[in-house]
Amino acid sequence: MSNQPSVYEETLKGIWRENPVFVQMLGLCPALAVTNSAINGFAMGAASTFVLVGASFLVSMFRNVIPKQVRITTFIIIIATFVTVADFSLQAFTPALHKELGAFISLIVVNCLILGRQEAFASRNRLPFAVGDAAGMAFGFTLALIMVGGIREILGSGSFFGIPLFGDNFEPWVIMILPPGGFLTLGVLLIIFASIKKMRDKRKLVQIES
Amino acid sequence: MEYIWIFVSAAIINNFTLAYFLGLCPFFGVSKKIDTAFRLGLANIFVMVITSVCAWFLNTYILVHAPYLRLMTFIVVIASTVQFVEMLIKKLSPALFKALGLFLPLITTNCAILFLALTQTSRGYNFSEGIFFALGAGAGLTLALVLMAGIREEAELSDLPDVLKGAAMSFLIAGILSMAFMGFAGLFSGA
Repeated sequence: MSNQPSVYEETLKGIWRENPVFVQMLGLCPALAVTNSAINGFAMGAASTFVLVGASFLVSMFRNVIPKQVRITTFIIIIATFVTVADFSLQAFTPALHKELGAFISLIVVNCLILGRQEAFASRNRLPFAVGDAAGMAFGFTLALIMVGGIREILGSGSFFGIPLFGDNFEPWVIMILPPGGFLTLGVLLIIFASIKKMRDKRKLVQIES
Repeated sequence: MEYIWIFVSAAIINNFTLAYFLGLCPFFGVSKKIDTAFRLGLANIFVMVITSVCAWFLNTYILVHAPYLRLMTFIVVIASTVQFVEMLIKKLSPALFKALGLFLPLITTNCAILFLALTQTSRGYNFSEGIFFALGAGAGLTLALVLMAGIREEAELSDLPDVLKGAAMSFLIAGILSMAFMGFAGLFSGA
């Protein structure tokens, strides 16, 4: 058991090393579609977190009961249940936000990240690990959403979480809150991360050689 | 006129991929060759029309009694119908199956499909409007996929910096494509 990663490690890996958006490129549709402001990104991330952790909890708990042949269908129905709960709760508590996110709350059901975690992790691991993994992945996902949403909001509307940052002289880059801005932001972020990784690899190589 | 408007709106002005960010996984995953991209697009149109018919049927006859079950019913019914049609095609036309078959199960869990069903519901389209909406959305996806594949085929040959290779470049291309499609906004503003 000594070389088995701990719950803590399973949780941490989702945040950076295996970040769902930046590294695994999963769940891209919501990551781009709703992130025209930081608050939308946060709301989407929170809703996805609820669904992912809840679904992983149930799937892991019943992993020995669910027949192998119908497991995907079972996962989807479990996920859809949580999404329906999240959808109606958001509609009841924050109608304005719900209106802005629109159909994308329902589309959490088909987020490949969530189904992927059930199939690859929750259905094979004990409860604490599954929940830890789900929480880490969800946190990494939320972080990525806030990051993309924040960048787009700062450049596109000159504010962050609705708080204006610049004076009246700032001319917002409207393109950033429109669809192309989403693609461009994520593209540039990926380039930055790839460059950081390349620099790190190079440094490691130098250290080994010397 | 109404039908043409629905079709054009779904295909070009509100292109599912480039304006709504739907179906991005196949958009980035299967857009390396024009031929494959085109076939994926055709499979998409096919599944979308089936979805539209299913969603209309469910909405009209079944879900009026239990609207809170919409999400679950949509997914399960659409997935099984597509699988059923897939088996049917396999039996009736192996050639068509060979062209589309590989993609059909993959598409079913695509967010574009579910979005189509949900939007059709929230906009209250009737049967034939739904079909035109599905055809338009599918045509739009196909267009985006083929364009993307065409550009990527060329980009493969060019000498790019290491950090740009792969995903990052695809995103930048998609951003520029999306910008181009924004030019269609307002095409039908009077309608």
